[in-house]
Amino acid sequence: MNGRTAELADNTADDPAHRPTWVLGGLDIAGITDRVCGIAEWPRPPLAWYAAFLICGSLAALLFVLIAYLIGVGVGIWGLNIPVGWAFDITNFVFWIGIGHAGTLISAILFLFRQKWRTGINRMAEAMTIFAVICAGIFPGIHVGRAWLAYWLAPYPNYMGAWPNFRSPLLWDVFAVSTYFTISLLFWYLGMIPDLAALRDRATTWRRQLLYGLAALGWRGSARQWARYEVAYLLLAALATPLVLSVHSVVSLDFAVSILPGWHSTIFPPYFVAGAIFSGFAMVLTLAVPAREFFGLKELITKRHLENMTKILLATGLMVAYAYVTELFTAWYSGNLYEKFAAANRALGPYAWCYWLMLFCNVVAPQFFWFRRVRQNLWAAWIIAILVNVGMWLERFVIIVVSLSRDFLPSSWGSYTPTWVEIGMLIGSFGLFLSLFLLFCRYLPMVAMAEVKAILPNDGRDNGGRGEEGNRGTGETETPRGGEAGGRAGGAA
Amino acid sequence: MSESNANAPAPSPVVGLLAEFERPEELLDAARKVRDAGYTRWDAHTPYPLHGLEKAMGLRRTRLPWIVFAAGLAGLAGAFALQGHVNAVDYPLNFSGKPFLTLPEYVPVMFELTVLVSGITAFVAALGLGRLPQYHHPFFSHPRFRRATVDRFFISLEASDPRFERYSAEALLRAAGAAAVEVVEDRGGTGKLPRWLVFATVLLAAVSLVPLMLIAQRRATPSDRPHPRLFTEMVFQPKYITQDATPFFADRRSSRPHLPGTIAQGELEADDALYRGKSGDQFVTRIPLPVTTALMRRGQERFDIYCATCHGYAGLGDGMTAKRADALQEGTWTPPTSLHADPVRKQPVGQIFNTITYGIRKMPPYGPLIPAQDRWAVILYVRALERSQNARVEDVPPEVRPSLK
Repeated sequence: MNGRTAELADNTADDPAHRPTWVLGGLDIAGITDRVCGIAEWPRPPLAWYAAFLICGSLAALLFVLIAYLIGVGVGIWGLNIPVGWAFDITNFVFWIGIGHAGTLISAILFLFRQKWRTGINRMAEAMTIFAVICAGIFPGIHVGRAWLAYWLAPYPNYMGAWPNFRSPLLWDVFAVSTYFTISLLFWYLGMIPDLAALRDRATTWRRQLLYGLAALGWRGSARQWARYEVAYLLLAALATPLVLSVHSVVSLDFAVSILPGWHSTIFPPYFVAGAIFSGFAMVLTLAVPAREFFGLKELITKRHLENMTKILLATGLMVAYAYVTELFTAWYSGNLYEKFAAANRALGPYAWCYWLMLFCNVVAPQFFWFRRVRQNLWAAWIIAILVNVGMWLERFVIIVVSLSRDFLPSSWGSYTPTWVEIGMLIGSFGLFLSLFLLFCRYLPMVAMAEVKAILPNDGRDNGGRGEEGNRGTGETETPRGGEAGGRAGGAA
Repeated sequence: MSESNANAPAPSPVVGLLAEFERPEELLDAARKVRDAGYTRWDAHTPYPLHGLEKAMGLRRTRLPWIVFAAGLAGLAGAFALQGHVNAVDYPLNFSGKPFLTLPEYVPVMFELTVLVSGITAFVAALGLGRLPQYHHPFFSHPRFRRATVDRFFISLEASDPRFERYSAEALLRAAGAAAVEVVEDRGGTGKLPRWLVFATVLLAAVSLVPLMLIAQRRATPSDRPHPRLFTEMVFQPKYITQDATPFFADRRSSRPHLPGTIAQGELEADDALYRGKSGDQFVTRIPLPVTTALMRRGQERFDIYCATCHGYAGLGDGMTAKRADALQEGTWTPPTSLHADPVRKQPVGQIFNTITYGIRKMPPYGPLIPAQDRWAVILYVRALERSQNARVEDVPPEVRPSLK
């Protein structure tokens, strides 16, 4: 042992002399597999899991019952009406799609930047992305009134002789969101195949062997398979990076391309992307803090992982704050009566409390992360992350409902109050999201085992040769194609 | 398989050797040796991607990036073709006279489809080039091999390799530092599904198509009966609309004609003065309703709604529509008459009633829009307007008169 023993319990110290350890507790590669697979191999999960799943599952069932009610009766059961034609439905859509962005950022962008710490949380964050996009996809589908005709969104030859309008951001949205979901799913699944194979090889019952075996596609961890896998993973990361930036940009164009005061703004695409990453990291933190406690993953998702996420929250929170200020400045500097009114109406109008609560949650709350003690206090980080979730939902509500309720002509002003159905659907979407997450924790490898194994430092255990100290064990002089994050950057670098 | 069992069949054929290593650097070392020994049908198995392994094994770089690049180009071109075809050729939508083939608006979908097609291709090609899915492989049957995905490193040497000779290969692997070298035998099984399972799957798939085909057949067959609909889309409502059939009457018409020689309640309109503004052939000169303040107010309200857009609030013929038509210099426009012009002022009220009811020149008939009583109320208000524009000082109440000067 080389003086790093103290680090095995706590890796939050910032010592520039050596790089931090991302796996604590002296876990070696077998230990990592034991720890992660062990969760999915519980003969029966603890009662708390059942209790949580019962609650979340009931809420998810509520969502589906309400959707059936909506389709049976019509959108009249919602509180929205002209001029507020979009309200909870699109707010929820933008909120959920934004949540997903952190998963892609962690899995793709941090991968391209060779950030080793992503390996501890990327699987969970990617799962979160997929579940969030599922929740997001529901709302545009059911808000169209005749939900059974939602397939008209797709361009397909039809007997009506009509095609969708490709100059509309709403159609771009269809392409952006469906592409995003597909690519996220492939990325997640491709990364999971080696871990599913590990679960298959450890399986003790025929049912687990069959199901994990089917999902693992016969992965043998062969060098040829790894070579293609790594190149494909790198390419998917390179494709997903601009994709994630495009998705929320396109979502923001749904608003920015219209002429409504409060929507018609060129700052929207970057503003929305920053907000999406902000809210997504808040959600990752919200889920990761309890999950690592509950499933015993503290050595793999360490405090330093969480602290890094709080730093990203702080950075993206500042970007969002900058966007808020820029919006106000643009409204004033434009000299445009309607823009100025829209800005004033947000802060002083009938929904002012939403605006101020949003500012508190999104701008004030993250500032506490300047303090190291707050960053390292899990309770504080968790509570601030939840506040950010609330704030980011309110941000979308403010943008959508407040702008719609007060447009150019005072004669066409209106107001909006949600009905119990809309509130039920919002809660139900959280139920669906958390149910899927609980199922994921129960049945799938929560941590990308192969990737974490690949970043284990070469500190005298049996996984030498690949640590950050270089390939000292292998004697291979030509360091193969640089790169650290799991050696993944290989292939095309 | 126990070889000592006398009843056992002949030993299964050897399919290859499996060498286990505990440390990755040992594996890399051994891989170089196996490569140098000239073997071709062999592979290494690791629980995580191992740096330098491809080089140690002498593998060529995968051509996957080129496949993905080609797929991306196809996605890009396909997206442009789709949008161009849809919005410029097959279903051109005119937006403010802008060109139909507009590249900037096509960019987002072109980008998304490029990513989508290349992403799917990367996934499929990575699996396909790695020969996956492959659910059956002889090495899976070896218990040691289960740790290949956990914490052990393996080299597998296949017996089909032209240089394969069991004992020399075993010696090579041991010399290379293998912790254990195992002989993997073919334990039967081909990776093919049992015949009955294939048959059952095909049968099930075929049967599951039957409902779909029934629906398709139903859709394609002409029928007198209306299509069954899952959602009524508010087209079908429990009411009779024009031309509907009803079983209630012998002639099955839901829209009932008047019986000969009858008039429906409230449609008699026998009062000529009230409903036509005439008494005999002459227009009436007095409003055939009691003139009250309420009627005057009603008249003002209706006038402001129906008449003021053209005639103006004061009846000067300067309403918003008239002004706009003036500004546009519409050639076909006939300006509305000022209600204070002499011909109008001198008309009997019955004639004004007639004009409102049937229209005149460009003015459309307002009879269907304004009930007769309201038309009279409007006329009363028009008369008041006319009076206001031609008033004498004596018409003003004495107490207000000083404020006029």
